[in-house]
This record gives sequence, C-alpha cells and structure tokens, in this order.
Amino acid sequence: MAELASTPSIDPEAAAASRRHLWSRFAIYGLLTVFAAIYLVPLLVVVFNSFREQAEIARDGLISLPRTFRLEAWAQAWSTYCIAGTCQGMKQNFVNSLWMTIPATIISTLLGAVNGYVLSKWRFKGSEILFTSMLLGVFMPGQIALMPWAFVLGKLGLTNSTYGLILVHVVQGISFTTLFCRNYYVGIPDDLIKAARIDGAGFWRIFWKIIIPLSPPILIVTVIWQFTGIWNEYLFGVVFTSGEAQPITAALVALTASGTTARSYDVMSAAVLIGALPPLLIYLFGGKYFVRGLTQGAIK
Amino acid sequence: MTGQSLSALAIRNLYKSYGAVDVLKGINLEAQPGEFIALVGPSGCGKSTLLAMIAGLESVTSGEIRIGNRLVNSVPPKDRDIAMVFQSYALYPTMTVRQNITFGMESRGVPKADQAEAVKHVAALLQIEALLGRKPGQLSGGQRQRVAMGRALVRDPKLFLFDEPLSNLDAKLRVDMRTEIKKLHNRVGKTTVYVTHDQVEAMTLASRIAVMHQGSVQQFDAAQMIYSRPANMFVAGFMGSPAMNFIPAELGEAAGRPCVTVRTTDGGTAALELAQPVPAGAPRNVVLGVRPEHIYRFSDDLKQRKRAIAEVKAPVELVEPTGAETLAVLRFGDLEVTGRFDPDSAPRMGETMTLGIDMARACLFDPTTRSLL
Repeated sequence: MAELASTPSIDPEAAAASRRHLWSRFAIYGLLTVFAAIYLVPLLVVVFNSFREQAEIARDGLISLPRTFRLEAWAQAWSTYCIAGTCQGMKQNFVNSLWMTIPATIISTLLGAVNGYVLSKWRFKGSEILFTSMLLGVFMPGQIALMPWAFVLGKLGLTNSTYGLILVHVVQGISFTTLFCRNYYVGIPDDLIKAARIDGAGFWRIFWKIIIPLSPPILIVTVIWQFTGIWNEYLFGVVFTSGEAQPITAALVALTASGTTARSYDVMSAAVLIGALPPLLIYLFGGKYFVRGLTQGAIK
Repeated sequence: MTGQSLSALAIRNLYKSYGAVDVLKGINLEAQPGEFIALVGPSGCGKSTLLAMIAGLESVTSGEIRIGNRLVNSVPPKDRDIAMVFQSYALYPTMTVRQNITFGMESRGVPKADQAEAVKHVAALLQIEALLGRKPGQLSGGQRQRVAMGRALVRDPKLFLFDEPLSNLDAKLRVDMRTEIKKLHNRVGKTTVYVTHDQVEAMTLASRIAVMHQGSVQQFDAAQMIYSRPANMFVAGFMGSPAMNFIPAELGEAAGRPCVTVRTTDGGTAALELAQPVPAGAPRNVVLGVRPEHIYRFSDDLKQRKRAIAEVKAPVELVEPTGAETLAVLRFGDLEVTGRFDPDSAPRMGETMTLGIDMARACLFDPTTRSLL
C-alpha cells in the first residue's frame, strides 16, 4: 500500500516535459490555423458577397459580414446576366465545360492506364526511352503547344468547338495520366501477368480482369487530377473558342472584362462560385481517396 | 531418337543470352513421364530462367525444348499444356479463391458445369473447400500456397513447374508443405520440374536433381548419387550442410597400399589409406573431400564395423551442439574441418581427438579441373 501511495507524487521533470509539449502544441495549431485562414477567408468573402445585394456591397465594402441573404445573384449569373452582348448567363458555358471535361477526363485516364500497362508490363526495346519522352510533356507549359494546336485544330475543322478542346485536353493530359498509371503498375508483381499468360489470358483480358480491378486507387487520383486540371484550364479555352462555345473559365474572364456597366460584385461572386463548384465537390468527396491513392502501393 | 518418345520433357543444347551476357550455356535435361526433377543452384545460376523458358515466358536463344515430344520453342505459354506455381504465389488479389482457380478455365472457354466440377475435385484434394469464397489477402501463407497449387492442379497439365514455391513460408510450414507436395506428386503422378535454392528440398522431393552453376548443369543424377559421388567440387560443396570438407592431399603409398597424405596440426603429416585403387591419370596433388558425417571418434569397434577407417589426430577448436547431433570444428594444419558427431561421442573443446575417417565414402578431386577423380 505504501508503494501505491507514493505513485501520485509528481515528477518535476515529467511535469516540465508535459508543459513544453503543451506549448509546442499551441504553436503548431496556431500556425496551422493562420495558414488555413489564408486559404479560407477569401473563399468566405466570395461566398458572402454572392448572397449580398450589390448596393450593400457598395455601401459596406467588399469585406464585410452580410446583412441580407438573397439568391438573386446566383440566378442572374446562371441564366440572365449579360456577357459580351448576350444575356443568357453562364449556364451554356457551364454545360460546355462539363461536355469538355467529362469525356476528356475519361478518355485521357483510360489511355493513360493502357499506356502505363504497356510501359510497365509489356516492355519492349525502346519503351523506357518512349516513357522518358512522354514525361517531357509533364514539364512542358501549355502555351508552347498553342501554335501547333491552332494549326491542327484548323486542319481538322475543330476550332471553336468543344470537340476540339476535348482533343487538346486528352493529348495534353496523356503524359500525366501515363506517368501516374505506369508508376502505380510497376508495383504490381510481374508474376501476376506471367500466371495469367500461362492461364491463357491475352493482353486485353489481363488488362480488364487483373490490372483494372487493381487500379481504383490510381484511377481516382488520375480522374481527380484530370477533372480539376481540365475544368480549371483557361488558356486553350480562351484561345480556341469564343462566345457561346467557351468553357466556363473563359466566360468568367469575359464576364469580369465586360466593363460596359457598373461592376456587380454579387453576380461575379456567384459566377465564380458556380465555376469553382464542380472541382470543389470532387475534392470534397474524393479528396481522401486522392491522398490515399497517392501514398498507397499497388499490393501490400 | 527412340529415347525421345519416352520423355515428358527434353531440353537439348539450350542457350539463353541477354545481349552479350550468356545466362544459360548449353543445357541438356530430360524428364521421364511422372518424374520429379529438381533444378537446384545458388541464386543467379540460371535455374529460374530455365524454368521460365520451359514455361514459355522467356524466349529461346538457341537449342530445343520439347514437351511430350512436341517442339515448343515458339509455342505461347497457354498452349504448352503446363501449369506453374510461383514463389510469390501470384494469386489474383481482386478475385476470390474460386475465381482464381477458374480463371484459366474461363480463358480457355471450359463450360461452367465442368469448371464447377473441377473446382470441387481440386478443393477436396487440397482441403481448401472452406476458403473458396475468400480473397487471397484473407489467407495465411500456407493457405495461399495451397490455392496456388490448386490453380495449377485444376489445369491437369502434362507438366508442372514450381518456382521456389516454399521459400516464402516459415521454417515449420515449409517442412509441412514439402511433405505435402511429395504426397501430392505421389498421388497425381505428373511430371514436375521444381526450382529451388534449398538443397534439402531438392534432395527430399526429387527423383533426379540437376545442380546448376553459372548457366550450366554441373551434374544431373539421382539424389543419392549427387550426394555420394558429386561430379565436381562445386556440386560437392553446394549439396549437403554443413558442406563437404576439402582437404589438400598428396597421393602416395604406405606399406604397399595406396594412400593420401594430409598435413596435421603438429606440423607432421598423416597417411590415410584409400578404400579404392588410385584412379588412372590422377595428378599427384589432389583434394580429399570428406563429408562431416563421415568423421567419427576413433575406436576399435568403429574399425571393425567399417571397412576403411583411416586414423588421424586433430585438436578440437569449437563445439556446436544442435541437439540431435554435435558439430565440431577440427584443425588440420591451417585448415578447419567440420565434423558431425553423435552427442554421446561428441568431442570436448580443447581436446586433441583421434578421428576415424570413413575413406570408403570419401571423394578425390583434381584441384585444377575441380572434377571428381
């Protein structure tokens, strides 16, 4: 019993250590909070402004808590606001962006998966050189390809069309999707492929029955990466399309640049949020898979 | 050519090169129907490459591979009528055990009813019925091993190929599975080629062993012959643990009988009488190969029991009891020689022991060609 009684007595060194621990915790969380605020406050300002009245924004300034709550700016931005002469809001551009992003994401991801499969599991003479040269695409800024694309799209008759942009984004995205998939598939044991070959499976059967079922982690990463990248892309959209054919990023710029009337910050805020919503939703629902997929190997 | 029709597998003068590097240099092997052949050798000896070539996973640079008398050099793996068990098991991770087993049959378009029948049969044979609905990730190492064998068995192939199937298992399970593979082979009776770096596995399982080193077959013979009459010093040193002792010796005569002279620790020499006449053309300097278990504590009784016991004294430097037997390091001049003793007659540290070497079981090697005399 005497021993038990002595245990609660405080060890001064342990107490000091736990105090130091507490302070370092404070410092870490404080710093993280500051950084989180740097990212979140602008978003908050835009969200508030999209629900405030333009008159109120003019009176109280851009950064202020909302006194009113109205959805009118959202409705205007969606369907009636005038951009460069046409007053149909951004809905057509939003649909354009979806029509461009979804097929381009799916096609570039599938091509990346097939490329990665070939470059990791069916290597041939020169396949490493091919992979290295594909990787160059990862480091090449898009504007380098502007002129060649203008030429190609012109020849194909795909200027000012969503199909043209799909083609551009598929090709521009292949180096990334190939890199992601190839590096993931390298981690799949070659013995699986050998076993399947002995089992009588061919190139495509192995791809669909063995590789693809193992791929969800990397496919999620690739889809998120491609979707947000293509959705947010601006340069090709603004160069190769105009007016109603523009994707939403290009239309947003046109909206802010149409300086004929007084600036309506409420509508702009709503328009920006409409434009940012799909990637935000993707991150919100897929974010944890994104992180998991990037850090996970193929097979434990 | 008549011999060819008998073999289940025949390999003639097989070469494999990657660029300038020759991995296999003229392999000749054959297996009778139902035979269990082990390919054994240190890592990098080419045994796995040879197996992959038999399977059709690696191309042939030159030479012939025949399976059941059919030249298969350029036949794709699926048409070779083989099945293979991999070291990593290579079970398809996203499929259940049942799907793993039926994948091959599905690829070949076997009717569903026949598939179910085959799965039932194999699952019963390997006692994996309870596992059929599970994924490989939910199985233990031994269970995965069974499933991998099930996947191979269900094919009912002409030829089974095993690529170090037991090396991922822990020691106890490895011994159990070894026994099980042997039982399975006895029951199924299929021609099997089994790659391993473990000489005990090769000895226990195979009817014939091919010992490989640096891309060529050093010896291809029955397990007992490989062990007692190794073709060269590599085979002698590789097969058996602890390894065979190599003692430099000089051929000579003592009292009119052929003998070898070895250096002893006291600076002198000892003449060991040979059990056989000296082979013709043997050089004067030779290497005497003695397995640790052929070194005994000398006694008159031993001399009467064994036909050719040579007597020699050596100090004991180290004693390692393992329970069933006691290993001892003995000093012969500047050489260390390992002996394997019964614990009852085990040497003591520091003792100078009178040894009896069973010369009837000893081997003589040519030190320059390193081959058996």
